[in-house]
Amino acid sequence: MPNAMPNTTPAAADASALLRRVPIDYLPLLILPLLALLALPLVGSFPTWVTLTIAGLAMGMMIFIMASGLTLIFGLMDVLNFGHGAFVSIGAFTATLVLLPMKDWVQADSLLLNLLALGLAVLLAMTVTGLLGWAFERIIIRPVYGLHLKQILITMGGMIVAEQMIHVIWGVEQIPLPMPETFRGVLIVGDAAVEKYRLIAVGIGLAVFAIMFLVLNRTKIGLLIRAGVENGEMVEALGYRIRRLFVGVFIAGSALAGLGGVLWGLYKETLTAAIGSETTVLVFIVIIIGGLGSVGGCFIGALLVALVTNYAGFLAPKVALVSNILLMVAILLWRPQGLYSVAKR
Amino acid sequence: MSEALLTLKGVHTHIGQYHILQGIDLVVPKNGLMVLLGRNGAGKTTTLRTIMGLWHASQGTVNFAGRDITHSATPDISCAGIAYVPENMGIFADLTVRENLFLAARNVKKAGEMDTARLEWIFGFFPALRKFWGQPAGTLSGGQKQMLAIARAIVEPRKLLLVDEPTKGLAPAIVRSLIDAFLELKTTETTILLVEQNFNFVKSLGDSVAVIDDGRMVHTGTMAELSGDMDLQQKLLGLALEHQY
Ligand SMILES: Nc1ncnc2c1ncn2[C@@H]1O[C@H](COP(=O)(O)OP(=O)(O)OP(=O)(O)O)[C@@H](O)[C@H]1O
Ligand SMILES: [Mg+2]
Repeated sequence: MPNAMPNTTPAAADASALLRRVPIDYLPLLILPLLALLALPLVGSFPTWVTLTIAGLAMGMMIFIMASGLTLIFGLMDVLNFGHGAFVSIGAFTATLVLLPMKDWVQADSLLLNLLALGLAVLLAMTVTGLLGWAFERIIIRPVYGLHLKQILITMGGMIVAEQMIHVIWGVEQIPLPMPETFRGVLIVGDAAVEKYRLIAVGIGLAVFAIMFLVLNRTKIGLLIRAGVENGEMVEALGYRIRRLFVGVFIAGSALAGLGGVLWGLYKETLTAAIGSETTVLVFIVIIIGGLGSVGGCFIGALLVALVTNYAGFLAPKVALVSNILLMVAILLWRPQGLYSVAKR
Repeated sequence: MSEALLTLKGVHTHIGQYHILQGIDLVVPKNGLMVLLGRNGAGKTTTLRTIMGLWHASQGTVNFAGRDITHSATPDISCAGIAYVPENMGIFADLTVRENLFLAARNVKKAGEMDTARLEWIFGFFPALRKFWGQPAGTLSGGQKQMLAIARAIVEPRKLLLVDEPTKGLAPAIVRSLIDAFLELKTTETTILLVEQNFNFVKSLGDSVAVIDDGRMVHTGTMAELSGDMDLQQKLLGLALEHQY
């Protein structure tokens, strides 16, 4: 068939399109450095500013890891999952099953043993939350596809059940999640004190972002997910099952929430079952700021929220509580769909 | 006429509480190009969406290549060999031209493994796609998006193409290049069901024609018969038809 090479005249009026090269929208990327620069004179002391900024970035990375799956879950199937925080809690608590018995490795002054223990804890937490995510999607989400009100109610119900299950298994008291020995302490950079663990959190966050970026841009599955967020019907018309993609995204998103829970729990060093529901508000603010369905927007949104929280906490502790809401309002006034809006249907 | 590739028998489609298609009978013969005409709101898009499984018939049957697809899911219908170019083109704006075509090439695992001979064939009538290969499809012009939407449908051979009003809002020069593309497609073994309102566009392309009105089939026949009979055109298509370009 494709052997005939016809000499059809090319359509005219293509030239103007050459001039129209504005593929990447950089503006949201500029807000972060702008915010940091703006905060510098307000904070006054450079070392304090460095400490605050790195603390903000670390917190932002952890929130990003928790939120990244949720934004795709909404983007792909319009599913409002208020139970996402349950996977954060379960991930953190599951990690105690490894880190508490492996006290020797955790307390050893050996980076290798520490990493091994943490690696095992993360692996178990992500496996458990991934599997639970799969079950959650089948049992709780599937019957309410397309029904937003029911989704909100039933996923919130799932969240409550999960918290109670944690109480049943681990008791109602808060329990410790010990930080590996070599991750403790501070590095002195110039005059600024930077907690080592925060640098590790930044590193892990960047790695997760890089992996997601590669998957979403370089693999067929990733491209299908992005295409599905934009126009799920067309993805189906091209012959792919969007629900199968969605299940995969749901499992991965739940496992990432579990990872976020481990990192967050280590950071706080003590766990209560409410750790997930505490982060839920932040996570929702982040995905709304970022633009529902956009992983890049979620990343910038998470860093923004965390930086604003840290700067505001230092500059005006009274405002800190509402700073995120103010940030969200400001962003939505500028871009009502969030930083990066994904064109829908 | 040759054997039927697609057969709709007494198809009724409801959208919510609305009864849109009210008993559609349609036989699309294998090979060749059939035009589906009808005024705004007649039910043309609904017919294509029902074939594609995006709406499901509440009554009647849809048969494709000897298979009952009335209740099949959209991905299965697509895999059975039907490609769909929707009215809004369904372009993935965030993805590049290349990535759009890569996803449409269902059997290809890596973008670099697309059939280059076939791509060259497509570039032959849609040269703009080569030019904007690496650009996000959202930055293309309306005509170029339409070309991409059609290219996606033919990047791998399919038995049947459903194309919904490809000339909508396009400049005459682009419409002419679409005509060339369809003429080229007609030389392949693909069957085409083309929805149009622009009668002049399809007059030279169609082999057979069906006219739909108010959710019912009001005429089927050959294109030669309809284009030669002004009275019939007037009766079936009235003034609703745009005699543009
Ligand atoms: N999602 C929907 N909900 C309710 N009614 C709908 C929906 N989609 C289409 N309709 C109605 O179904 C009827 C047929 O619509 P359809 O889109 O099939 O017409 P069409 O022949 O493709 O028209 P056009 O030439 O304007 O594209 C119209 O009256 C329309 O209002
Ligand atoms: Mg239509």
